[in-house]
Amino acid sequence: MARLEVGQIIAVLKEKLPDAVVEEVLDGVDPFVVVKAEAWAAVAGLCRDDSRLGFDLLSCITGVDYPEREDGAEIEVIYNLDSIANHHELTVKVKLPRDDPRIASVEEIWRTADWHERETYDLLGVVFEGHHNLVRILCAEDWVGHPLRKDYEPPDSFHGIKNVIY
Amino acid sequence: MNLFAFTTIFAQAGKGLGEFAGDYSSKWDAGTYDGGLVFAGIIKWLVTTWGVPEWVPLSSILNGVLEASVFPEIGALLITIGLVFGFVNIFAIGAVWSERKVSAHMQCRLGPMEVGPHGILQTVADGLKLLAKEDIIPRLADKPLFALAPAIVFAGVLMRFVPLPFGDQLIASDLDLGLFFIAAVGAVEVLGVIMAGWSSNNKWSLFGTIRTATQMVSYEIPIGLAFITVIICSGSFSLMEIVNQQGGSLNASDGYVYGGWIWHWNLFRNPFMLVLSITYFIASLAECKRSPFDLPEAESELVSGFHTEYTGMRFALFFLAEYAAMYLVAAVAVVIFLGGWWSGIYPLDALGLGPEATTLAKTLGLLIKIGVFLSKAFALVFVQMWVRWTLPRIRLDQMMYVCWKVLLPISLVCLIGSCLWELASGGASVFGFGIVVE
Amino acid sequence: MTEAKIRTEEMLLNMGPQHPSTHGVFRVVVRTDGELILESESHIGYLHRCFEKCAEGNNYLQVVPYTDRMDYLCAMMNNWGYAVAVEKLAGIEVPERAEYIRVMVAELNRVASHLLAFGTYGLDIGAITPFLYAFRDRERILKIFEKLCGQRLNYSYVRVGGVTFDMTEEILADIEAFCDYFDPKIIDEYDNLLSYNGIFISRTANVGVMPADLAISYGVTGPSLRGSGVQRDLRRDAPYGIYDRLEFDVPVGTGEMGQLGDCWDRYMVRMREMRQSIRLVRQALAGIPEGPFCDKKAYRAVKPKAGETYKRVEGARGEVGFYIVSDGTNIPYRVKARAPSFSNISILDKLTSLSDVMVADLVAIIGSLDIVLGEVDR
Repeated sequence: MARLEVGQIIAVLKEKLPDAVVEEVLDGVDPFVVVKAEAWAAVAGLCRDDSRLGFDLLSCITGVDYPEREDGAEIEVIYNLDSIANHHELTVKVKLPRDDPRIASVEEIWRTADWHERETYDLLGVVFEGHHNLVRILCAEDWVGHPLRKDYEPPDSFHGIKNVIY
Repeated sequence: MNLFAFTTIFAQAGKGLGEFAGDYSSKWDAGTYDGGLVFAGIIKWLVTTWGVPEWVPLSSILNGVLEASVFPEIGALLITIGLVFGFVNIFAIGAVWSERKVSAHMQCRLGPMEVGPHGILQTVADGLKLLAKEDIIPRLADKPLFALAPAIVFAGVLMRFVPLPFGDQLIASDLDLGLFFIAAVGAVEVLGVIMAGWSSNNKWSLFGTIRTATQMVSYEIPIGLAFITVIICSGSFSLMEIVNQQGGSLNASDGYVYGGWIWHWNLFRNPFMLVLSITYFIASLAECKRSPFDLPEAESELVSGFHTEYTGMRFALFFLAEYAAMYLVAAVAVVIFLGGWWSGIYPLDALGLGPEATTLAKTLGLLIKIGVFLSKAFALVFVQMWVRWTLPRIRLDQMMYVCWKVLLPISLVCLIGSCLWELASGGASVFGFGIVVE
Repeated sequence: MTEAKIRTEEMLLNMGPQHPSTHGVFRVVVRTDGELILESESHIGYLHRCFEKCAEGNNYLQVVPYTDRMDYLCAMMNNWGYAVAVEKLAGIEVPERAEYIRVMVAELNRVASHLLAFGTYGLDIGAITPFLYAFRDRERILKIFEKLCGQRLNYSYVRVGGVTFDMTEEILADIEAFCDYFDPKIIDEYDNLLSYNGIFISRTANVGVMPADLAISYGVTGPSLRGSGVQRDLRRDAPYGIYDRLEFDVPVGTGEMGQLGDCWDRYMVRMREMRQSIRLVRQALAGIPEGPFCDKKAYRAVKPKAGETYKRVEGARGEVGFYIVSDGTNIPYRVKARAPSFSNISILDKLTSLSDVMVADLVAIIGSLDIVLGEVDR
């Protein structure tokens, strides 16, 4: 298989799933593509299984909280895909409503998504539907709130341990 | 089987002690030896015969105790126990220090350097620290068992010193079933370890315990086979007798063994013995839980095995027992394979033997024999350390594999081979220098 | 007694958070049947220090010391990973000399990190001496770093725009002396001591076999992935810095002692990588040019335009990635760190379920994945 440019990758996506791609940005620091939340599971499956794409490695899942967007508060979930065989990469973004961020889990497609999704759930409160064990991973099980949300207020104490700010 | 052996042996031990009631010093003077407590005899002999000056207070006290006590045998018994116990402790202190030094130099470091010259007092300081430490018993532990376990482990090791010689005639009690005693009493140690691990109420300790029990019970078999082979070839269970036979020919005219050459050792008695000595050494490493068989206390897996929950002096007892066991298996190897106190050089061995020997020669000969015996044992202990700081640890299933599928068949072949060899050669050694029986 | 009357139970064993072989505060709950592990469940988070939250409150240069504390055993690579991401975001050009210095310190750091992995793996398997040998030699590298930047572990040396201090002739001579001392004599010594030791091979070969497709699916990268025979190295596949100008091989596992992708293969990849790292350091030593060691403007302050980027470098444990979102101020809007150990250790539960694993094997598998808990939890 050969290495594809980001434009060609998006073309493949559009060819197979015409409705999925919402927006593509090719002139930024990093090119990326935004897909519909409902279509994400299908896009992910295509990205891994299509022989031209062959994204076998899910490198990273990032959640970013944007409480003050013009078109409504959003949480972006960013997937960095990588193809070890084809040496190309792709950044896929999914925009979710901030008050109820829900997206399909891709842990069946890339097993590594298991822990990465748990981390995103833990720190940003994104619910990954279909995840077999969506519990907190870094914070304590009974922690309240999602620390990486921009409006997060750290608690004054946790189980009697005071939050001392120097 | 072990229980039966244990009771039999106890009767034997009692017999050995009872024999002591006779005149110990005269046995020494006559040059004949028929068992009994000899340590005390040596002291008495040093004081009376050779004339250790009366102003040496230790001798006077010892002599006084022996002469004046109502039951001289009890006094002698206590002295013997004290000597063995003292030796074990001093050896452990020295061995811990030398283990640290040996490992340090093998690993390009210095080891303890602060307490005393080259850190020689480090172990003493550590021992004092352990004595002063708080004795912690976990709240949910089985307290009586927990408290008793270290003592049983230590006693199990210490008891095995009873039939073990330290040099010519230097033996706590020369049991008729000496080698059998050593093999049988080893089971006591396992009992203590199981008590320790079980009563700790700690899953890691339990793992260590099960591993220890598995390992020690399994490896008793190759060790036992090595013992049996030696016993068959020597025709005796007594460790003194086994060593004496390796001293070469018995002089028919005066009944003395004057010592022989290195090829009179059991090690070179036949080719199978050579192999057997290696299987014994490997199995003995497992028996005293040394690397690569240190699964019971594998610190990277089980933290510290069955003694994880122990502190202070109780922990020190386990530690002491381990080092005592190291010396013990090495000393047994010296007795059964490496010619005991015989240096393997005829003129050196013959020094101080025979009816014409002067007191000075006798004493010198005695000291040389002690030195030779201890040097051999310490050399083997050094090899144990060397192995420990070189090899990784094996896994449980591999440990069982080595025992049952490698060591056991080899030992069995050696046992049969040795028997056939003895039959074919009429008791002659591989070089044809047989033991002349009158 | 019939067999049915003997009641046996499975035991639930809590390995960690304090356990000598978890290399930090990592907890595995294992269900065991005797020595055999039936199931395991990993728990992380005991060392969570809120790196990503802290990064949102500090400016771009102040974040660098936090990256040190992720993987404290190869801090140079973390610094570098963060630096390339910010440089890309802010469009900063790195001086040529700085690129050479970066290669040198990063590869030396990789050697130091692999030495620690080698030593602690020996400890896990029960051999204590290799650990002290490894520390003896690692100490030489740390001394060089101490001379270079005053720090032995958390260097913060590779910074946005270049490096913090210039390399003197004396340090270059030290590095050269280390290379001559270390390769090939010392690595051969290690191979003789541990790699080809019969007991070591029997403990690690055919244990924890990790098929390549499974490893990729679990996001395993770095030497652990290469141990499964996958030719994947970011230094060659997506070159950053000056790696495209340097010559080196990518060692992969071959299954020569057992199955492909077992613990021995993963271990051996690290041993072979050390030789390649020394090779890279020698090339960088030969080619280092004169010039500035850092971009002057970036040395004082960095203020990138709005935008976002994801950059990765090849760390000692795998791909160290940073996703940085800038909103145009001097404080990053969001910094997400992709820590290689985080993904690498997630395969542990799968590996214990794939084959019969004993307690001792679990220790061997964790050791062969070579995790740093500071990085797993961040």
